[in-house]
Amino acid sequence: MDLRTEYLGLELSHPIVASPSPLTAELDGILRLEESGAAAVIMPSLFEEQLRKESEATERLMAAGEQSFPEAMSYFPEIAGRHGGLDRYLDVLRRASEAADIPIIASINGITGDGWVGYATGLEQAGASAIELNIYYIPADLAESGRDVEERYLEVVRAVKAAVSIPVSVKLGPCFSAIGQMAREIVWAGADGLVLFNRFYQPDFDIDKLEIARTLDLSVPAEIRLGLLWLAVLYGRVGGSLAASTGVETYREVVKYLMAGADVVMTTASLLRHGPEYLARLREGLSDWLLEHDYNSLEDVRGCMSLDRVPDASAYERANYIRILEEFETPEYA
Amino acid sequence: MSKPRVVTIEGNEAAAHVAYRLSEICAIYPITPSSPMGEMADQWANHKIPNVWGHVPVITQMQSEGGVAGAFHGAVQSGGLTTTFTASQGLLLMIPNMYKIAGELNPAVFHVAARSLAAQGLSIFGDHQDVMAVRATGFAMLCSSSPQEAHDLAMVAHMATLESRVPFLHFFDGFRTSHEINRVELLPDETIHELVPDHLVLEHRQRGLSPERPFIRGTSQNPDVYFQARESVNRYYAEVPGIVQRCMDRLAESTGRPYRLFQYFGDPEAERVVVLMGSGAETVRETVDRLTGAGEKVGAIQIHLFRPFAGGDFMAALPKTARALAVLDRTKEPGSSGEPLYQEVLTCLAEAATNGDDRDLKVIGGRYGLSSKEFTPAMVRAVFDQIGKPAPRNHFTIGIHDDVSGTSLDFDPSYVIEDDDTYQAMFFGLGADGTVGANKNTIKIIGEEPDIHAQGYFVYDSKKSGSQTVSHLRFGPRPIRSAYLIQSANFIGCHQFSFVENTDVLRYAAPGAVFLLNTDHSADTVWNALPGAVQRQIIDKKLRFYVIDAYAVAEAANLGRRINTVMQVAFFALSGVLARDVAIERIKSSIEKTYRRKGESIIRQNFAAVDRALDALQEVSVPEATTRDDELSLPVPEAAPEFVRRVTGAMIAGLGDDLPVSALPDDGTWPSGTTAWERRDLSRQIPVWRPDLCIQCGNCALVCPHSVIRSKFYPESLLEEAPTDFRSAPLRGRGYPEIRYTLQVHVGHCTGCTLCVDACPARSPDEPEVRAINMAEKDPLMESERRNVEFFRSLPEADRGRIDFSTVRGVQHLTPLFEFPGACAGCGETPYLRLVSQLFGDRAIIANATGCSSIYGGNLPTTPWAKNAEGRGPAWSNSLFEDNAEFGFGFRLTADTQRAEAETLLGRLEDQLDAGLISALLNSSQDDESEIREQRERLERLRSLLAEIDAPEARHLESVAEQLVRRSVWIVGGDGWAYDIGYGGLDHVLSLGRNVNILVLDTEVYSNTGGQVSKATPLAAVAKFAVGGKATPKKDLALQAISYGNVYVARIAMGANPQQTLLAFREAERYPGPSLILAYSHCIAHGIDMRFGMRQQKLAVSSGHWPLMRYNPVLRNEGRNPFMLDSQRPRSSLREYAEREIRYRVLSSTNPKNAERLMALAQEDIVVRWGVYEEMATRGDAAFHFAGAARETRTKA
Repeated sequence: MDLRTEYLGLELSHPIVASPSPLTAELDGILRLEESGAAAVIMPSLFEEQLRKESEATERLMAAGEQSFPEAMSYFPEIAGRHGGLDRYLDVLRRASEAADIPIIASINGITGDGWVGYATGLEQAGASAIELNIYYIPADLAESGRDVEERYLEVVRAVKAAVSIPVSVKLGPCFSAIGQMAREIVWAGADGLVLFNRFYQPDFDIDKLEIARTLDLSVPAEIRLGLLWLAVLYGRVGGSLAASTGVETYREVVKYLMAGADVVMTTASLLRHGPEYLARLREGLSDWLLEHDYNSLEDVRGCMSLDRVPDASAYERANYIRILEEFETPEYA
Repeated sequence: MSKPRVVTIEGNEAAAHVAYRLSEICAIYPITPSSPMGEMADQWANHKIPNVWGHVPVITQMQSEGGVAGAFHGAVQSGGLTTTFTASQGLLLMIPNMYKIAGELNPAVFHVAARSLAAQGLSIFGDHQDVMAVRATGFAMLCSSSPQEAHDLAMVAHMATLESRVPFLHFFDGFRTSHEINRVELLPDETIHELVPDHLVLEHRQRGLSPERPFIRGTSQNPDVYFQARESVNRYYAEVPGIVQRCMDRLAESTGRPYRLFQYFGDPEAERVVVLMGSGAETVRETVDRLTGAGEKVGAIQIHLFRPFAGGDFMAALPKTARALAVLDRTKEPGSSGEPLYQEVLTCLAEAATNGDDRDLKVIGGRYGLSSKEFTPAMVRAVFDQIGKPAPRNHFTIGIHDDVSGTSLDFDPSYVIEDDDTYQAMFFGLGADGTVGANKNTIKIIGEEPDIHAQGYFVYDSKKSGSQTVSHLRFGPRPIRSAYLIQSANFIGCHQFSFVENTDVLRYAAPGAVFLLNTDHSADTVWNALPGAVQRQIIDKKLRFYVIDAYAVAEAANLGRRINTVMQVAFFALSGVLARDVAIERIKSSIEKTYRRKGESIIRQNFAAVDRALDALQEVSVPEATTRDDELSLPVPEAAPEFVRRVTGAMIAGLGDDLPVSALPDDGTWPSGTTAWERRDLSRQIPVWRPDLCIQCGNCALVCPHSVIRSKFYPESLLEEAPTDFRSAPLRGRGYPEIRYTLQVHVGHCTGCTLCVDACPARSPDEPEVRAINMAEKDPLMESERRNVEFFRSLPEADRGRIDFSTVRGVQHLTPLFEFPGACAGCGETPYLRLVSQLFGDRAIIANATGCSSIYGGNLPTTPWAKNAEGRGPAWSNSLFEDNAEFGFGFRLTADTQRAEAETLLGRLEDQLDAGLISALLNSSQDDESEIREQRERLERLRSLLAEIDAPEARHLESVAEQLVRRSVWIVGGDGWAYDIGYGGLDHVLSLGRNVNILVLDTEVYSNTGGQVSKATPLAAVAKFAVGGKATPKKDLALQAISYGNVYVARIAMGANPQQTLLAFREAERYPGPSLILAYSHCIAHGIDMRFGMRQQKLAVSSGHWPLMRYNPVLRNEGRNPFMLDSQRPRSSLREYAEREIRYRVLSSTNPKNAERLMALAQEDIVVRWGVYEEMATRGDAAFHFAGAARETRTKA
């Protein structure tokens, strides 16, 4: 079965990509994923804010008490080759790009124009095959309009595209008034592809300690629906590649995403649950299912459930909604 | 041959640069002021910089200088090329080996940053007492007087030792040379290599011990041969002077810098000549130049080779015209007929006279410069004047006012000879504000200019928090030799406004100088904010006065409170040392270099600060008359005791140099509790108590490192006199209806560490971020809080008999007898000491090992160990670093002996005393406070009875009767002492079974000397001399002590379990044998956010890094398991603890693989060790299968 696909102009042997996780943060993990058959690997985001804070905190703590007491001009040895998170990241990227044959896609989450562009340039120089812009932004300022927020995204895309020559994708969250229009503008701004969707970290509260609880749950298949919907809407209607993310546990979710129109399908949760070797099983599952169902290639299945196959998209939408409501059964406990 | 590189470096680095390149092995032990030499060697080795033979030297830290000397001896005996760096008592610990090393003609070099010896008091500063104490060992002694000389003569020492086979001690003045930054022309590596012929190295190796050519060395010799063998070395020593001079000459051929064994300078026909060595020679040289320029016939001999003392060369250097000699020694030998150099010169002259030299010479000797005491041209001139007199005073001192023995010479301090073309700048800063760092950077920038010479010297005060720094910078067209502080400054920078109110910052301002003040006052308003005394000086000296709001500039540039760049720019802009444009360009390129790795935005922030600083600089139009007539604020209040006002106050005000000998105690005895009189103003924010929210738990007071949070309970009626805003609340608990409770913050002494806020468990139900104690801006509260503190201190202290000693809630009411130590803000050690002082202070005697705790505990001018309202309190003393356990053991021996004597005498006087009283006195168990109170009352009765008895026994009994109250002997120190240098003594004292309490404040690193690895440093942590992460686990001192079976042992961490801490202290103190408490002490050297030090203690425990335990041998008597685990099984990973500490984290940024490996090993170590502990806690009683149950056994007890 020919599973080859193209994503951001990169030739991939199949559509299953390992998305950011602790596994993709280290060289060993990346090589294990390659060995298990990942078509490409996306490294975790370089968080500009975190890196800057880390570097500032390190400097501050190492320098605390320096040059103020005659018996101790410093409290730490001068350490050769000390470098911060950025250097570590670039080092892993460089070594992974050299050692692996699959594309290594780097990811950035910036907070300043300098950060986005500076980091993107560094990633390109370190050998990244492409860059994913992880634009994580919560518009907590109530005076900021939707258009202002959208313009932030577009500015970042334009700035990064102007600075690098490798492909650039944008990982989007679903919280836009008009996702379709936004997706199109991002592509017009120069993005080579879109990743749907980013799972925003949503805080929980610890009501005993009156603190914000930091929890992060791995995604589950039930979460794929929003992505399915919008992939189906966007397929064939915006330029650029489409990637699906969130909720992939078995080959079945992979198939669904492909049917909605994804060029590639990304997974983190299943690999963290079952280990990197699980990737091979996803790929086999996809291949077997396609064979069983008499599809000859990916192209046959891709987008077969997308909206551009339906004349009136909004009617399709409403119909689906009404049907879901009708079929919903009241649970017993209610 | 490559061109010599010119750098601006400290003397320590100049010497270590050569030593490192000519060594294969370097064993060291940290000691101020030599520590930087070893640290730099370690740093170079980590950078893989090779020696001149292409190998990277091995740098090893030992457990003590004694250990260093042994390793040094072994290395050199087996043919290694070796060196070490040391000072002071450290050098003295090497003496036994030095005799061996010299006796066996081992070529090797010690580099010593010469320092005072601890005598009536310790001093870290410079003089020659240490090197003079080893002059009999057989080492040749070569002395340098400046950073350049320290570099060059280090070279000569290494050359000459290999050629002569005599070991060399190369020394220079601690701090004055070791820490002075000056221009040094570095010897290129090829030159260093060429100057040490390979054949000498090969011959040395051939002489080393080897089974390939076996022999024995180190025999025991008997009366038949020892004497002759000892004389066999004479010819080697006879050759040393010639060899050294030839080495100096060869060096001069390579560098153009000539040296003589005895360097003469001055008028060739001088009549008056001064003889000395060390940095003082530089000052003498400057003064001689000035005096000869004025036609005076004076000169000086600077001694480079002190041992062997080449008499012939000395006589040759001395002008034939000389009629009077003053020999200056920077040392003191009480009871001698003169100090060593003086005696050496006298001997030399006497021998010359014996051999027919008929010079008519008057010779006097004098002492100067002990403990880095200033030695200025005015003093030099006074010495020359003295030897010009018909009957000059011998055995004089210069630089002090000796009104007791009358030794001191008068001098005229107004005699200042600074060159007009040398620019001199003084900067007053806070340790934390980056002033010193910025000035070092300034020197580097200017020192790189080809035609400007730069010198920097830095003076620090004695506190670790809120310390004042004074930087002395000189720039000029010629080499700068002035080895003394600036006396006439062209520029005064005052980086903190509060200094103008309490420090005479303009004392050394030259007429017409620039005065730059950092203040939030504008040029228009600042004048009236200055005390009249300051206004007067500005007007009288016609100063050009500028202000800048550096904090505002820094904040606007997003640099927070870092004002160093701003003030640096302002200095360059005003001083004109470099053209302004050039200076700005240099500063910016230095910023780029420093912050390159940290990102564009940080560079831009600093650039913005540079540009804004220029704009923010305002010149003040100085009025013609003063508008205020007040003086600087008094250093201590007028209510302070006379001694504190006269002596301590002068020291605080920076006028200690002016105190005469009579003002100072003869024997090192100083009054207790003087920190309370000091007016400090350390933090912009202070904690404020909310009585309505407070549950009165006492946690805040318990964790406060500076004892600034106090609580008292008292009858409500006392509030009638209270200031209006004095806060109080009803005392919680039933049965105290009329009793009020107050938690008072001693605002002036608070460092703003916020540990109290973090420890507070009570929160406002409406605003969860508000606790019962919260930080607030100090300024608006200062005045009222000062009144409140005063009133609070007037409230009665709690009756100790009514306090529940078993709870933190109770203990908060015990008066701390350790208050306001100058420790780092948020210190993890001091809360334990305060607790000791609260629980046992009124009957405690404390032996304190040298280290952080002896510095914040005993560094003048003010000290924190205090006394209570009855006049009782801890008696504290520091002996040395290495002997503390034995020192404290001595206290116990005296206490036990005197108690036994008291018992005997009670028996002898039985007939004349009350039998019931005697019986009660002898049999009181004094287990709790009320019994101790009763015993004290009995003692009073005994004393009144004894007063009536006219017999020698009664007098003797009076003098020892106090020992009938149970004396609490505490032996306190850090891990450097307990695990390393003092371990042998500690172990021995534990083994002797006497009742001593040993408290180890374990910071897991040498904190006081700046973060060197100790045997307490945990696996995987980075420290100096363990840059790659410590590869071996922390020594388990608890298990070692437990192995005796009769030692009470506890491992505690106040932040994790305050109640267990309290219990352990009380059990340890009550235990009638030796006790050892290992107290986890978070530290600035861990690289943690000190605000969360106590949280970090919790993580240390919950991760299993620091399991809480107690081993109480008493329980064995009851058939129970003495080993009790007080913490639960590790329930978080080591990583969770470690990732909050730079000492661990830094490794993953340099060597992530190794970091991973070491962390895995460390985690494994925790598991294994926990298993051992659990097994120990559960064995002995089948019912106890887990730690929790083991803990219960204790509760039942």
